Amino acid sequence: MAMNGKGTLLDAASLPVKEFDGIIVGGGGSGMMASLQLAKSGLNTAVVSKVFPTRSHTVSAQGGITCSIQSADPDDDWRWHMYDTVKGSDFIGDQDSIEYMCKEGPEAIFELENMGLPFSRTDEGKIYQRAFGGQSKDYGKGGQAERTCAAADRTGHALLHTLFQANVKAGTNFLSEWFAVDLVKNQNDQVVGVIAFEIESGEPFFLKSKATVLATGGAGRIYQTTSNALINTGDGTGMALRAGYPVQDMEMWQFHPTGIHGHGTLVTEGCRGEGGYLINKDGERFMERYAPNYKDLASRDVVARSMFTEILEGRGCGPDADHVFLKLDHLGPEIVHKRLPGVTELSKRFAHVDPAEHPIPVVPTCHYAMGGIPTNVHGQVISQNPDGTDKIIDGLYAAGEAACVSVHGGNRLGGNSLLDLIVFGRSAGLHIEETFKSGIELDNPSSGDIDYALRNLNRVNVSQSGENFVEVKKDLQKTMQMNFGVFRTEELMVNGIKEVSNLREKSQNIHLADKSSQFNTARVEALELLNLIEVAEATAISANERKESRGAHSREDYPERDDDNWLKHSIYYADSKQVSKREVNFRPKQVQAFQPIVRTY
Amino acid sequence: MNSIAANEIKTLKLSIYRYDPLKKEKPYMQDFDIDIPLEKDLMVLDVLMLAKEKDPSISFRRSCREGVCGSDGLNINGKNGLGCITPLSDAVRSNKLSIRPLPGLPVIKDLIVDMKQFVDQYKKVKPYLITDKKVDTREAIPQTVQEREKLDGLYECIMCGCCSTACPSFWWNPDKFLGPAALLQAYRFIADSRDTATEERLEQLEDAFSVFRCHGIMNCVSVCPKGLNPTKAIGEIKKMLVKRAL
Ligand SMILES: Cc1cc2nc3c(=O)[nH]c(=O)nc-3n(C[C@H](O)[C@H](O)[C@H](O)COP(=O)(O)OP(=O)(O)OC[C@H]3O[C@@H](n4cnc5c(N)ncnc54)[C@H](O)[C@@H]3O)c2cc1C
Ligand code: SF4
Ligand code: SF4
Ligand code: FES
Repeated sequence: MAMNGKGTLLDAASLPVKEFDGIIVGGGGSGMMASLQLAKSGLNTAVVSKVFPTRSHTVSAQGGITCSIQSADPDDDWRWHMYDTVKGSDFIGDQDSIEYMCKEGPEAIFELENMGLPFSRTDEGKIYQRAFGGQSKDYGKGGQAERTCAAADRTGHALLHTLFQANVKAGTNFLSEWFAVDLVKNQNDQVVGVIAFEIESGEPFFLKSKATVLATGGAGRIYQTTSNALINTGDGTGMALRAGYPVQDMEMWQFHPTGIHGHGTLVTEGCRGEGGYLINKDGERFMERYAPNYKDLASRDVVARSMFTEILEGRGCGPDADHVFLKLDHLGPEIVHKRLPGVTELSKRFAHVDPAEHPIPVVPTCHYAMGGIPTNVHGQVISQNPDGTDKIIDGLYAAGEAACVSVHGGNRLGGNSLLDLIVFGRSAGLHIEETFKSGIELDNPSSGDIDYALRNLNRVNVSQSGENFVEVKKDLQKTMQMNFGVFRTEELMVNGIKEVSNLREKSQNIHLADKSSQFNTARVEALELLNLIEVAEATAISANERKESRGAHSREDYPERDDDNWLKHSIYYADSKQVSKREVNFRPKQVQAFQPIVRTY
Repeated sequence: MNSIAANEIKTLKLSIYRYDPLKKEKPYMQDFDIDIPLEKDLMVLDVLMLAKEKDPSISFRRSCREGVCGSDGLNINGKNGLGCITPLSDAVRSNKLSIRPLPGLPVIKDLIVDMKQFVDQYKKVKPYLITDKKVDTREAIPQTVQEREKLDGLYECIMCGCCSTACPSFWWNPDKFLGPAALLQAYRFIADSRDTATEERLEQLEDAFSVFRCHGIMNCVSVCPKGLNPTKAIGEIKKMLVKRAL
């Protein structure tokens, strides 16, 4: 049964069912790490991915994966990495999760290397590590560390392909080019699978499962200028919100300092790690003024704000004085072309300059969602009980950029996302394996439950007239860019919230003109818009609610960090559109918690 | 792009291959006039997206829009390449741009080809590290800088399919001749100092078709958007096979 233009409504009775032990929605780094774990345990697992797995956005990661594997520095210590990460998060990263990630990280890195990941090497034949922003030795006292493991500047590609290959070897079941639409819940608030369709045939299914993992990646496409792939539309986040589950810290969006001007494509922080630096129109290395110690390797939020300040104060470069330059030419072609071959390629293509000869025009670009679906260290999705305590959602997991286990808090350090993917992708897999061993029973959904999960797909499929979804998307991106950028004020945000709310209204009435069944990419884009709207609205409302400046969230009307009121996670629900607070975890297991200090670099 | 003055715009003659398996019509070329700004050198993918705004039913794959995910291998004015990193200045001839699906693979719809054969050949070469050693999560397998350098030019493949679908030997025997992409992948593991299955890999490649159908025509090299050289990798495998036979 394929979807077609005849306006037939899909319902539970006619919908075919495919059943698996575990379903992983997402074939990026986090999804394929989870699936690998499950495939090895012999569970019947399927990876659902709207693109062929190696086309996932993880492939774009350039600079590397940060982890204290003691290769560049035999004395390196995971606790130093933990300290940097807590400080980088501006103290709203959960310290139990950060501890788990930094401590378990090396095992996951060595496992990947043993699986074949072609890391660059040191003269001693060990994994090469480079310097990245916000990295220190000895709890900030020992100067810049080199902790980011790299495969040239193509680490994400190397990692994703290695994971795909390992999954091929392990015999993982791929539902490649399938689009997941909505979660299916039973009457006990448990998740029992997803509605998805095969894009090629247009055939919809109920994919039934006792463990559903949302590993759907980022949502940078809510902004106009972003480093994110076109497919990064926050689908899993939208699905969770529509199912009534909360999201956490959605106001925290990282703007990466070095997006190529006019295109948004990224050049890695590794450029600065290798010795590159930023200059303004006077050729001044301005970061020396803003961050005297770490200069160009200060944390990303700090560098992005400094760049905008330079531009706003009239020291930007180019005819419109709207960008700055990233200088690499002093490093010489040897370093630039060998260590940064991918950057060289991108820069030539999109900025028309060879970075070994001329500086690259750059401007901050929306890059990464620190917020997402809240989980514990096992990837289990968390909601709240009426009294504000955590409630675990049976059957639902999240991992990777879509999740918020909160290792990044208010600001992510470079190279920590890839580590997050593999550590928590794996831990979710391990937990599912354990759960199956001890036995789980989830109630079957009623046909009403399934019909409910089909409502959006049905609405889009039968639409006869209404809004053009391409226009709604463009307006949304413009609104977010204007009102929720690097510097925020109440006035702009209140206005932005209104606009987003209007666009939500419109999105409830979009028209899919092309109703054909086979490889209908218009249908996919229409459904993606519904997710973009959810994510954007969560961002907008949470951002206005957090009345302080912390990490990436910088308000001109509340310029200070407010630990008395906001040393907290924000929690947002789509049905009530209300924001509440959740305690930050300050209870690591093996070290003393790091207490908030003023954050300088 | 709303506020561009008319003199900064050029109208490009675009034509796109259309095919819908459920309709009775044969495949045809659909023509568009697309207004493009002159000061910016747009990529072919940008133009496709502009066309899709006019006719949302056009189907093509895309993801990263920066040449790393391998989604949008296309036949652009007769030459295979990635839409997202092929600038109009390279592709357009006499103001005309004609875009077709990659040749030699079954077309699913419009510009979307069925990559199954291509992926199956990839899987055949056991594209993963095989070692005698058990996976050790406490340390890396040592590899020198020189050993690692041997993987440069091999591991970067993004599986876009531009090469294999430009290869006459792959067109004629897509089920038997592995094709340049899969063979490049095979050599990527043969060349890896950490892999201990070279013998097993060569044995599998020994038959008349797997490798030896490559006649060194180099189409694959000239289209690879990542600047990789499958012909050279195939040459290395051939050399090893010949040596082994002696
Ligand atoms: C340019 C760039 C460079 C970066 N460099 C680094 C770096 O050097 N170091 C670092 O640590 N981090 C880096 N990051 C961040 C990091 O790459 C990402 O955060 C990370 O890869 C996200 O991985 P993921 O597994 O969560 O999701 P993704 O890799 O984005 O995968 C998402 C998956 O979900 C699937 N999916 C989504 N929606 C649906 C749906 N509705 N139905 C079915 N499937 C769906 C997709 O098909 C895809 O397979 C970089 C990011 C960018 C943009
Ligand atoms: S060199 Fe070999 S693999 Fe490459 S196109 Fe020619 S025949 Fe095909
Ligand atoms: S070798 Fe080049 S052309 Fe062939 S699949 Fe790989 S990247 Fe594409
Ligand atoms: S869209 Fe990823 S390679 Fe072109």
